[in-house]
Amino acid sequence: MRFYKELVKGLWAQNPIFRLVLGMCPTLAVTTSLANAIGMGVAVTFVLACSNMVISAIRNIVPSKVRIPCYVVVIATFVTLVDRVMNGFAPDLHASLGLFIPLIVVNCIILGRAEGFAARNTVLLSAADGVGMGLGFTLALSIIGTCRELLGAGTLTLWKDVPLIEHIPGFTPIALMILAPGGFIALGSILALMNNLQATLAKRAGKTIPPPVHLDCRHCVICKWGQ
Amino acid sequence: MSNDTQPYFIVSTAPHTHSGSSVRRIMLDVIIALMPAVLASFYLFGWHAVRLTAVCVLGCVGTEALCRRLMGRDLGIGDLSAVVTGLLLAMNLPPALPSGMALVGCVIAIAIAKQVFGGIGYNPFNPALVARVALLMSFPVAMTRWHDALNPARWLGFAWTVPDATTTATPLGLVKTALTMKQPLPLTWDNSTMLDYLLGNMSGCIGEVSALALLLGAGYLLFRRCITWHIPVTYIGTVAIFAAILRVVDPATNMPVSFHMLSGGLMLGALFMATDMVTSPLTRRGQLVFGAGCGLLTILIRRWGGYPEGVSFAILLMNALTPLINQATRPGIFGQSRKKK
Repeated sequence: MRFYKELVKGLWAQNPIFRLVLGMCPTLAVTTSLANAIGMGVAVTFVLACSNMVISAIRNIVPSKVRIPCYVVVIATFVTLVDRVMNGFAPDLHASLGLFIPLIVVNCIILGRAEGFAARNTVLLSAADGVGMGLGFTLALSIIGTCRELLGAGTLTLWKDVPLIEHIPGFTPIALMILAPGGFIALGSILALMNNLQATLAKRAGKTIPPPVHLDCRHCVICKWGQ
Repeated sequence: MSNDTQPYFIVSTAPHTHSGSSVRRIMLDVIIALMPAVLASFYLFGWHAVRLTAVCVLGCVGTEALCRRLMGRDLGIGDLSAVVTGLLLAMNLPPALPSGMALVGCVIAIAIAKQVFGGIGYNPFNPALVARVALLMSFPVAMTRWHDALNPARWLGFAWTVPDATTTATPLGLVKTALTMKQPLPLTWDNSTMLDYLLGNMSGCIGEVSALALLLGAGYLLFRRCITWHIPVTYIGTVAIFAAILRVVDPATNMPVSFHMLSGGLMLGALFMATDMVTSPLTRRGQLVFGAGCGLLTILIRRWGGYPEGVSFAILLMNALTPLINQATRPGIFGQSRKKK
């Protein structure tokens, strides 16, 4: 039961992108297409699950003073593994993700889960947490990647030779969406939509949800937060 | 005492007198000031200018109302600021731009450049310029298809379909191409072409071509004290000074000063965009710095940059510096002596 709970919490309730807002660098950088987003998500899921398990296994023998370097060594090992394997079997994907594969080492989600979860839970639960968080990350990246690729390029490609949508008739792609500003716009809009949805749902259920901590109520006239 | 009920004194905090100006009144003044240029664009570009202006104004007002509604605030479209943004955006678009793309621009201008930051008064960048630059990046082909300002005879036919128009580059585009290809200057510059440029008989965005109409409108704004002379004069002056220096140094590859004055979006930018109250510095000294910076960046981009015209980029870059300029030119408190270090 606990295993199942740790597995699904990453998908929505504690989604690393939409709820915890961790790992923004790959989120903004590699979501220019759905294929890139899925590739990045799979790589991160693998690293997250493996590093969570190993770190959980060694949590009792690592002195707490040097735990962060130890975690980074473990994470870097799996990232190198992913990097080499992807270079060998999916060179196109490797080329388009480029520098962001080695950068998984410093991804906030992975170190965050290692420090926040794996360091004080059993191997099995840590594996569930890693897989769940990784899938949540993949899901979020795919949503953003779908929006950006559809709007910015007018296509949707699942894999390099598997196009879902090749051309939308009568639609001129908004190239801004696959440029850097498009990442911020897409992520911000989706976050805003989700917050609005959550507030509306809570209101309908008769509950008041606390406003985000950074929201300064004195300077704000919005009253969706139950006031 | 007959009027006991009347209070003898009304106690309130300053200010005690009010000029009667309001956001709505200022925006109305800007709309009135834009009218000569809008009418000139209707005359010069015909149906397309009417279509773009209508789409942009309606699109901006609609987006504003939708955003405010989503955020649970009052609609706030009565202050007319969205109308001004729509007009300015339309004036910054090439005549043949499809309406759908103009609508995308409206959404970017109001939703992303304005309401996200908190609505009127809070936007760090000029919404219309943000939309123009976003459109330029998104639709590089459609945003650089220029049509010649055409003979008003087209009005008589009132073609609802796309009328026959000659596609040409803007004067600045021609100059930029010649510069990058290392060719001699492509334009002859004499009094008759100068008159054409002054009246707006050239290719370009629908609202930027007629310098005369823009100057008329700016005169009204100055008269109404909606803007001060500081930003436009320093902006245009800096461009003139540096254009003159370039011309003196190398007359073979640089156009004369009057060409730089009258071509491209300089007049529209300096008179209506850079003087935006929200995004320009508050102090007079700061406005001088702001105008000079805009002018310098404009001439740099025109001469050495990748794009033929640099007015929108220059103003946006200086908008980003506005808080710093405000900070640096903060006036001393009355009675305070300047500390010597």
